[in-house]
Amino acid sequence: MTADIRASAPTRTVAASASSSTPHRPSRRGRFGVHIFLMAVSLAFLAPLLLAVYASLRPYEETAQHGYFSFPRHLSFAYYRRAYTESGMGKYFTNTLLIAVPGVLITLFLASFVAFAVSRLKLRGGLVLLMFFTAGNLLPQQVIVTPLYVLFNKIPLPWWMSDSQMMYDSYWAVIIVNIGFQLGFCVFVLANFMRTLPQEILEAAIVDGAGVWTQFWRITLPLCRPALAALGTLEFTWIYNDFLWALIFISNPDKLPITSSLNNLRGQFFTDYNLLAAGSVLVALPTILVFLLLQRHFIAGLTLGSTKG
Amino acid sequence: MRRFTRRDVVVLGVLLGIPILLDIVIIWGPTLASIGLSFTSWDGVGDIHWVGGDNYKNMVENYPVFWPAVRHNILWLLFLGLIATPFGLFLAVLIDRGVRFSRFYQSTIYLPVVLSLAIVGFMAQLILGTDQGVINTILNNHDNPVDWLGDSHINLWMMMIAASWRHTGYVMILYLAGLKSVDPQLKEAAAIDGANERQTFFRVVFPTLRPVNVIVGVITVIEALRAFDIVYAVNKGRNGLELLSVLITDNIIGEASRIGFGSAIAVVLLTVSLGFIVTFLVQELRGARDR
Repeated sequence: MTADIRASAPTRTVAASASSSTPHRPSRRGRFGVHIFLMAVSLAFLAPLLLAVYASLRPYEETAQHGYFSFPRHLSFAYYRRAYTESGMGKYFTNTLLIAVPGVLITLFLASFVAFAVSRLKLRGGLVLLMFFTAGNLLPQQVIVTPLYVLFNKIPLPWWMSDSQMMYDSYWAVIIVNIGFQLGFCVFVLANFMRTLPQEILEAAIVDGAGVWTQFWRITLPLCRPALAALGTLEFTWIYNDFLWALIFISNPDKLPITSSLNNLRGQFFTDYNLLAAGSVLVALPTILVFLLLQRHFIAGLTLGSTKG
Repeated sequence: MRRFTRRDVVVLGVLLGIPILLDIVIIWGPTLASIGLSFTSWDGVGDIHWVGGDNYKNMVENYPVFWPAVRHNILWLLFLGLIATPFGLFLAVLIDRGVRFSRFYQSTIYLPVVLSLAIVGFMAQLILGTDQGVINTILNNHDNPVDWLGDSHINLWMMMIAASWRHTGYVMILYLAGLKSVDPQLKEAAAIDGANERQTFFRVVFPTLRPVNVIVGVITVIEALRAFDIVYAVNKGRNGLELLSVLITDNIIGEASRIGFGSAIAVVLLTVSLGFIVTFLVQELRGARDR
């Protein structure tokens, strides 16, 4: 049963994209034009990234004299080593992982249960619940900042959980805000996705006496793997890239996430932009890798998520 | 017949209870509190004094950066909505026609989305900087460089282009997903009826994308209202880059600590956002009823 569903979905996708070009096969010249255009757009989108990489490989003196857009005379990876050590990136990267990994996992777990309850159990008020979460995700972050700041300053935590002995200035604050804020989006996407699963699977399980937990954990969740992979990728990049929450809820510079480590590479009077470029490339690398590795699942998950049953 | 056993009720209670509680504590409670604080003159430390609508009056009448910020947010919205979003849709349609290398195009155009806006802000300096920036080098403006990021007449446009660089890829991927789920028979039927490609798209395919259109529309609005990181990374949102989100942050966590006043700006932002969110949810509600 499980294999059936997963196998049938990709074929439908392939069929869709294959046949979409058959009825109106564009002329050869038209196709050539499309390729030129898409290639140009792709290059334009890649250019800033390539430029940052290029700048990071060249010494400051050279670009200062000839500009960033000039022929290379010396190329080396020296800036990468410097950027890594001078910004203390290793430490900040650990901080980010301490926030992002539990953040993503807990968000996905809680959201998938809510989505399951809303879309599969036919609870009364399910739609209201869906809106309650979705609307929450769409509010601007700044609206909730002050009360949360005050609240976190009032919640004591034991020493072993936070050396500030408060919710404020602890990873817990950032993790929990990320979870609360991201729940809405995940619930929304997963509920849409689960609605496309055939209801018969659950009915069969209920006849066999499966409880709510079994219906959720053993039967529904395994079918959601593509959607969970897509959401996991998205959520990881969002939490990894977060800027505002850490800025507000963390005061100890040693606990800041990796996005703020770049500030350590800015000098007070003089900033070596090539060094900063190397730092930026290093900071961007993990999210780019995650995207490239999971990209197939990512697109497949989104595709299924948007199909209405 | 009882639908749930006692164990089921416990599971439901715990696993629905935790996220609901979390959403109330983290999102909805603070939202209501923000509305309350906007009627006070709180500085974050002392007593809370009720001042009625004074903050709102001051904001509109005596806060010189308020209206520019509103104008910038509206411009940002128009730019994303009229340029970046349609461009993303256009790219998705081109790629969905099954051209070769589509995986490559799709990945490169999506790539900017995974970058932190803090990094995008820095790259903007590399490209647009006055001394060795790429554009000034190409234009050979060495003696009289254009200050793309410092000139308050130009910098907002540059930031909107940089933000669109990310927004386009995001929109494209959502539309690609939507287009792949359109029933191919619809297009074939339209072709048999003699519709050309443009007619097929606008009369047949586009209407079936309604759920995606709604999501994309909301994302566009919310991104435009929430815009923050990129201008904050470039110059902390000053000198031509004022946005409502920046004003709120400045008032609340800046040295002045005018929390009541900052909250009043936040409520303005909230009201505008809620307008769009409610519209979106009503659409969704109708969609769910049809299903």
